[in-house]
Amino acid sequence: MFKDVAFGQYYPVNSPVHRLDARVKLLLTIMFVVSIFFIQTYFGFMLTAAVLLITILLARLPILSVLKSVRGILLIVAITAIINLFFIKEGDVLVQSGAIVITKTGVHTTIKMVLRLVLLISGASLLSLTTTPVQLADGLESLMAPLKLVKVPVRDIAMIMSIALRFIPTLFEETNKIIAAQKARGAGFDTGGLLSRVKAMLPVLIPLFVNSFRRADELAFAMDARCYNATDKRTKMKKAKLGFGDLIATLFIAGYFVVILLERYYFPTVDINIDGAIFGGLL
Amino acid sequence: MSAIEISNLNFVYSKKTPNEKQALKNINLSVEEGAFLGLVGATGSGKSTLIQHLNGLIKPQDKKRMSVVVNGMSATDRKNLKKLRFEVGMVFQYPEYQLFEDTVAKDVAFGPKNMKLDKEEIDRRVRRALEVVGLDYDKFASRSPFDLSGGEKRRVAIAGVIAMQPKILVLDEPVAGLDPIGRREILALVKKLQKEVSPTVIIVSHNMDDMAQLADRIVALKDGEIIADGTPKQVFCNRNLIKEAGLDLPTATSLADMLIARGVELPRDIVTMEELAKELGASLRKKRSQAVADDNDETKIGEDADGGFYAESYDEDVEVEGVEVNGVEVNGVEDPDGEDEDV
Ligand SMILES: Nc1ncnc2c1ncn2[C@@H]1O[C@H](COP(=O)(O)OP(=O)(O)O)[C@@H](O)[C@H]1O
Ligand SMILES: [Mg+2]
Repeated sequence: MFKDVAFGQYYPVNSPVHRLDARVKLLLTIMFVVSIFFIQTYFGFMLTAAVLLITILLARLPILSVLKSVRGILLIVAITAIINLFFIKEGDVLVQSGAIVITKTGVHTTIKMVLRLVLLISGASLLSLTTTPVQLADGLESLMAPLKLVKVPVRDIAMIMSIALRFIPTLFEETNKIIAAQKARGAGFDTGGLLSRVKAMLPVLIPLFVNSFRRADELAFAMDARCYNATDKRTKMKKAKLGFGDLIATLFIAGYFVVILLERYYFPTVDINIDGAIFGGLL
Repeated sequence: MSAIEISNLNFVYSKKTPNEKQALKNINLSVEEGAFLGLVGATGSGKSTLIQHLNGLIKPQDKKRMSVVVNGMSATDRKNLKKLRFEVGMVFQYPEYQLFEDTVAKDVAFGPKNMKLDKEEIDRRVRRALEVVGLDYDKFASRSPFDLSGGEKRRVAIAGVIAMQPKILVLDEPVAGLDPIGRREILALVKKLQKEVSPTVIIVSHNMDDMAQLADRIVALKDGEIIADGTPKQVFCNRNLIKEAGLDLPTATSLADMLIARGVELPRDIVTMEELAKELGASLRKKRSQAVADDNDETKIGEDADGGFYAESYDEDVEVEGVEVNGVEVNGVEDPDGEDEDV
């Protein structure tokens, strides 16, 4: 039941995207995510989808692995879509029966909303699919370095993050083990109503918490024993270096970002007309 | 009737991903009722994957070609699943990490409760299970399992499985992480459980000494394949095979090899310490009586001897022979005592 969570699911292949510097990937992902909020037209969405697709192909990821992360937010997408579809009352009316009014603007807004969410999650999941948790934490630490000046404990935050990320797979594995053990004693996890299902999870959750606290204790001892925090300046075992690929990737995403800005502020009315495709016989 | 029949079993983890891993390859195994089977193999050889097929925690990936039948029930059949879970008691590695109730008695009752037994029967089983594993009911029943010692926790966890009164008991490395006394107690307990609760036992272990002593059949896995199946003597005395499987020889077997390399006359199929002690005693007695006989001959031609001489001449004898044999490296047994070779 926890197998489908795509977060932190590094997909281990060797590709140009995997080899990019984690800091660059972080910044470019942020740029990509921001750009998605600027998109205005279907042309913009198509361009974004194309950029995403090219990146997926370059990263040698199966499309399915990216779509899996979208599955996690399907419910949110559905709810948002329904709200948009039924509560936007401006524009030409398409369907009207009793209290239900669906307008053309409503349909367009809904489609764009869904596209936005799907592209957003896909783009963000590309980062975790192509970057190991440790690289991510290191990248974040290095990007947050300026905050040290205002006395933010960046190093400790980074350590907390990398420990948390490091233990996600361990926790999954442990959860599966405990589930197996309780199933072996006849526990059922997918029968009954909501309350009985929650109750059925207790034999899994309690040992999971107990074990996590025990682990945290042990880890704290181990870090103390190795004098964590005794020296001010720790150095990295692997120093990240920017390369040619990072430059190309930056130009690629920055170029895309510029096009999206132009699309929004200079040509917001130039768009592909998809009314025929979506409304068809209705008009 | 055999308790377990497995045929053509293959298993692949994470199919069609870069992490794809074939954990089991063409496993055919049949286990008789009443067997005490030791499952051995290096880490990652597929032992845990194999045993989880026995109670349907993992299902065969191809229902047509593979089959797992336990006590006449097919493990591929969904409607057998619950029954299977109760007939095959599975004690996982570090079972104490799965305790969750606030009292020992409640935790042990979890299995029987899931069996939908009535309250009296549940109470009876909890009481009996705790007593079988050697925990006094009145003293432990209302304590929190989290306040117990490591060994006690493990007993509670085992009691939780025993309370279902499974016909087959499967234990995955039950002595991992215990001190020597703890491990001896748990192993003795497993033997007792076979007699009193579950007639068929499968035990996964890394400790060849324990297996040689306890099991009446050994199955060795390597990279998901069965590479040996037989009595402890048959399996452990095949030294090349044990090495190939990435396992250790039982201590008694490797000690016997070292002694043989030094010229002590011993049979080559020793697997337990008891056997070694017996055979070594016999061998020494024989040697000594020979020495006495030789000495008597020598005395006849006029040389003197006292009690201490026998011992001395015996010592020298062994050392000299040992060097000769060591020179050609018998069986690749390493000489732990480098000084000998310089003699
Ligand atoms: N949940 C899993 N997902 C992917 N691979 C696994 C999983 N569990 C085990 N494996 C792999 O399958 C092989 C056999 O594992 P396992 O049955 O646990 O071996 P053993 O118990 O003999 O140490 C190992 O190579 C292991 O890495
Ligand atoms: Mg294992």
